[in-house]
Amino acid sequence: MSDDTSSQSPPEVKDRRPLIVFTWLWVGTPLAYGLYELFRKATQLFTD
Amino acid sequence: MSPPIAPVGWSRWLVPPAALSIHLSIGQAYAWSVFKPPLEDALGLSGTQSALPFQLGIVMLGLSAAFGGTLVERRGPRWAMTVALVCFSSGFLLSALGAATGQFWLIVFGYGFVGGIGLGIGYISPVSTLIKWFPDRPGMATGIAIMGFGGGALIASPWSAQMLESFGSDTSGIALAFLVHGLSYAVFMLLGVLLVRVPRPRAEERADGRATAPAGPRVSARQALRTPQFWLLWVVLCTNVTAGIGILEKAAPMITDFFADTSTPVSATAAAGFVALLSAANMAGRIGWSSTSDLIGRKNIYRVYLGAGVLMYALIAVAGSSSKPLFVLCALVILSFYGGGFATIPAYLKDLFGTYQVGAIHGRLLTAWSTAGVLGPLIVNWIADRQEEAGKHGAELYGTSLLIMMGLLVIGFAANELVRPVHPSHHLDAVTPEKGAPDVRRHQQSESA
Repeated sequence: MSDDTSSQSPPEVKDRRPLIVFTWLWVGTPLAYGLYELFRKATQLFTD
Repeated sequence: MSPPIAPVGWSRWLVPPAALSIHLSIGQAYAWSVFKPPLEDALGLSGTQSALPFQLGIVMLGLSAAFGGTLVERRGPRWAMTVALVCFSSGFLLSALGAATGQFWLIVFGYGFVGGIGLGIGYISPVSTLIKWFPDRPGMATGIAIMGFGGGALIASPWSAQMLESFGSDTSGIALAFLVHGLSYAVFMLLGVLLVRVPRPRAEERADGRATAPAGPRVSARQALRTPQFWLLWVVLCTNVTAGIGILEKAAPMITDFFADTSTPVSATAAAGFVALLSAANMAGRIGWSSTSDLIGRKNIYRVYLGAGVLMYALIAVAGSSSKPLFVLCALVILSFYGGGFATIPAYLKDLFGTYQVGAIHGRLLTAWSTAGVLGPLIVNWIADRQEEAGKHGAELYGTSLLIMMGLLVIGFAANELVRPVHPSHHLDAVTPEKGAPDVRRHQQSESA
């Protein structure tokens, strides 16, 4: 009976936060570069 | 390859980066123009010829999204992302070979045909999965991914230009640039392939194979084509995109012409800045307006895109040439609606047809984009040319085009008003075996046959 009880305990849930940070940085870094280049160009509308 | 089911405790916030790794890559297509001048010089091509790889790529995007959608639904997002990765990267590798050997047809075949299949399958690959992970915020979820498609060009444009500057603009330099693009995008997209997971299935079928009543409508892709709702949304998307492209296509000459006879004419550099600003509005609209649609509803947000779009066009036509800030502001709003229209359509489809084959239905609806891609530039360019021949200049060149765009938006607005919930006779559950109980599995088999 005690065995049954232990087998029904919820499985250990991994901490996904480091993976979430890594994956968002993976896609966010090139996007930030693209946005930086875009706004550098866009300011020409007001400075030229 | 079976769809990868998320383990217990998997975070849904890992799915948008998977989608973004694909969309940020395939969005490179809109930065193809960077390769045009070097290719023209190195291989002695005309402007029309150097545009061929891109044009074929967009045609293949539409075709593969329309015809590959059901396969994507059946095989799952990991299979689709793998196909997108292999095709898109192979397209660049074939192009590298073509540039190195001076065989332009290989670049057209590689980038346009093979790479174009990667564009179409990649574009629809995460849509269905995102909607299933974010049933509470489908607009925001698909908005993030589709914003990535706009962002892809922002990244690729300066990156490719810098690469060509470093490697040189001769055939070997272009070949090396294509090679680096192919390998880099393969590594970048691999994250999406490894990361994507589908949510754990809900117990929708009973042990005897009969289905319990599913939440919301369940309409197959084939059945969706038989509904007026699909074609009304086709008109909505087509008109909204045509109106946006009308501005996007002629943005730089348009702002120059509008203020040519004023005390503050716009220089070529400033016009380039205006185009960049429009790209930013396009991207912001994708995530901003699509997320807003989760709060105010899909029909209402399209009322804004199409109704306020008419107003913005009217303001440009009436007072655009008298005020530069007003012209810029109206154009930015129109471009944000253009992006928003793209990003909100998957969620609108989900509301009407359910999540069952929403990716495949979205793929078929993208034919509206292909049509608008031809229609928008055709209208604006053809009319501007005729007006120029008639001796008109400045803002007068665009008066008729602006009126036509307003008319198109009114048609789109009317189509949106006619959208009603899909009749239950189109739902999967409408196919009822003996005793009147729904047999989902039997119907699914007939749909996939």
